[in-house]
Amino acid sequence: MSRLNVHIHGWLLLLPAAVLLVAFTHYPAAATLWHSFFSTPKPGRPAAFVGLDNYRAMFDDPVFWQSLANNAWFALGTIPASIALAILMAVWVNRRLAGRGFLRLAYFTPTILPMIAVANIWLFFFTPQYGLLEQLTGLAGLPSHNWLGSRDTALACVIVVAIWKEAGFFMIFYLAALQQIPPSLAEAAAIEGAGRWYFFRRVTFPLLAPTTLFVLINAVINSFRLVDHIIVMTRGGPDNVTSLLLFYVYEVGFKFWDLAYAAALTMVLLAILAALAIGQFAFLERRVHYQ
Amino acid sequence: MTGVHEPRGLAHALETGGAWLLAILWISPLAYAAWTAFHPGEFSVRFTLGAPLTLQNFANAWDAAPFARYFVNTVLLVTMILAAQLVIGTLAAYAFARYAFFGREAVFMLVLVQLMIMPDVLIVENYRTMSALGILDSIPAIGLPYMASAFGIFLLRQTFKTIPRELDEAARVEGAGGLQVLWKVYVPLARPVYVAYGLVSVSYHWNNFLWPIIVTNSVGSRPLTVGLQVFSSSDQGIDWSIITAATLMTSAPLLVAFLLFQRQFVQSFMRAGIR
Repeated sequence: MSRLNVHIHGWLLLLPAAVLLVAFTHYPAAATLWHSFFSTPKPGRPAAFVGLDNYRAMFDDPVFWQSLANNAWFALGTIPASIALAILMAVWVNRRLAGRGFLRLAYFTPTILPMIAVANIWLFFFTPQYGLLEQLTGLAGLPSHNWLGSRDTALACVIVVAIWKEAGFFMIFYLAALQQIPPSLAEAAAIEGAGRWYFFRRVTFPLLAPTTLFVLINAVINSFRLVDHIIVMTRGGPDNVTSLLLFYVYEVGFKFWDLAYAAALTMVLLAILAALAIGQFAFLERRVHYQ
Repeated sequence: MTGVHEPRGLAHALETGGAWLLAILWISPLAYAAWTAFHPGEFSVRFTLGAPLTLQNFANAWDAAPFARYFVNTVLLVTMILAAQLVIGTLAAYAFARYAFFGREAVFMLVLVQLMIMPDVLIVENYRTMSALGILDSIPAIGLPYMASAFGIFLLRQTFKTIPRELDEAARVEGAGGLQVLWKVYVPLARPVYVAYGLVSVSYHWNNFLWPIIVTNSVGSRPLTVGLQVFSSSDQGIDWSIITAATLMTSAPLLVAFLLFQRQFVQSFMRAGIR
């Protein structure tokens, strides 16, 4: 093949993917920025350039700040717990425990279910009066409580659902990583007199660092990307205590039809994801060592 | 990690107990949903052994909403996306793996942008685009943003790079062109990766909800997840037994496939994540 042909063939092979990626990833990302400087067109009033007005409105919008804070709490509540559970599950499934097949099945099944199905199941679990949780607390003699309808517990309920859905998914990455650690390491450590917990802390866990980083990034992205359960379970309520950033974008854009303001809100989301990408890149270069 | 640090005696029993307790806790929401769906409404929170089993909740759900149509829509959607992803991803991955074309590294970085900024967060602008194209409320509108998948391109590129160049060159000496080499050498050797990617993609798009609920507006284009939400949030849908039956029904194909091919599923998700 001639040199020119390599270029032409390479680009031709790439063309369909490039067109679609530009049309539905790069263009919309750029257009979000562009449209965030305009007003939302209304009948008889076309979109006008408004400079930073949408951002100013955002700065003064308490619901935006609350959604951002909720998202941070949601991430903090979901990620460490699901990672810790995922490691525990992986360690257990990796060992010769009785009924290992069932254990793996039980841990992993939530991953297969649609988030909306999961949300429906848990919605019933949390329902006032009829729900299973109410029945259980009723048996224990505790007063009735509207778990999803109360400002104090709604976000925690949503966090529990997300942990349930994600821990089993992260488990399999840890399982794969555990299976690559040579048993000779444990033997050598045992000869040196290292206990099991010491070995886990000083050898296994550091060796799992690349997996933890991978899972961590996925978990953070998911906490900004997945709001299906919010739409089904709480619709952001009560009083916006469960409104996450993307849910707020959805609400502003497709409930209030303020697309320009939704674009400004999306920019915040994009900035967070971009910062995450850059951080991951820098972090990968420096800290995490691969075997 | 079987071996020296394997706990024995009491510690082993305690850990087995812990693992089982967590497993039972983890499966119980689903078991509870199954109980509710297969029993008459009055038993939905009363757990007695004598409760009669019934399929009536499923029949009621099936009659109450056009689930047959939703199933067809979802199957069409998932097939369309997967077919497009495989073809487009294979061609692009082949280019990245074996053609040293101008700008390759820079373009590859641009492709990877989609791993971070997924179509899921670009709903506002993609909605404008679909509106401008005049295809709102159609199945292709749901699928289009996902058809070029950075994840698929990346996964296949990594796989193609591990295939020895000698095989490629041998085929070219025989007179095979670029596309023939791809079809005869690369695609067959990457089969396990295609299976893994296919399973992950199908489960993702079977379950996808936010973008479909935004672009669809009628029975003719709604996938199952959106249909389920429309059904369960309508006023008639207050009967939990029926909603739970509908919920299980929509997840059933994936769930059954998972139970049958557990090992492949777990390995696919693992393989897709590691590379």
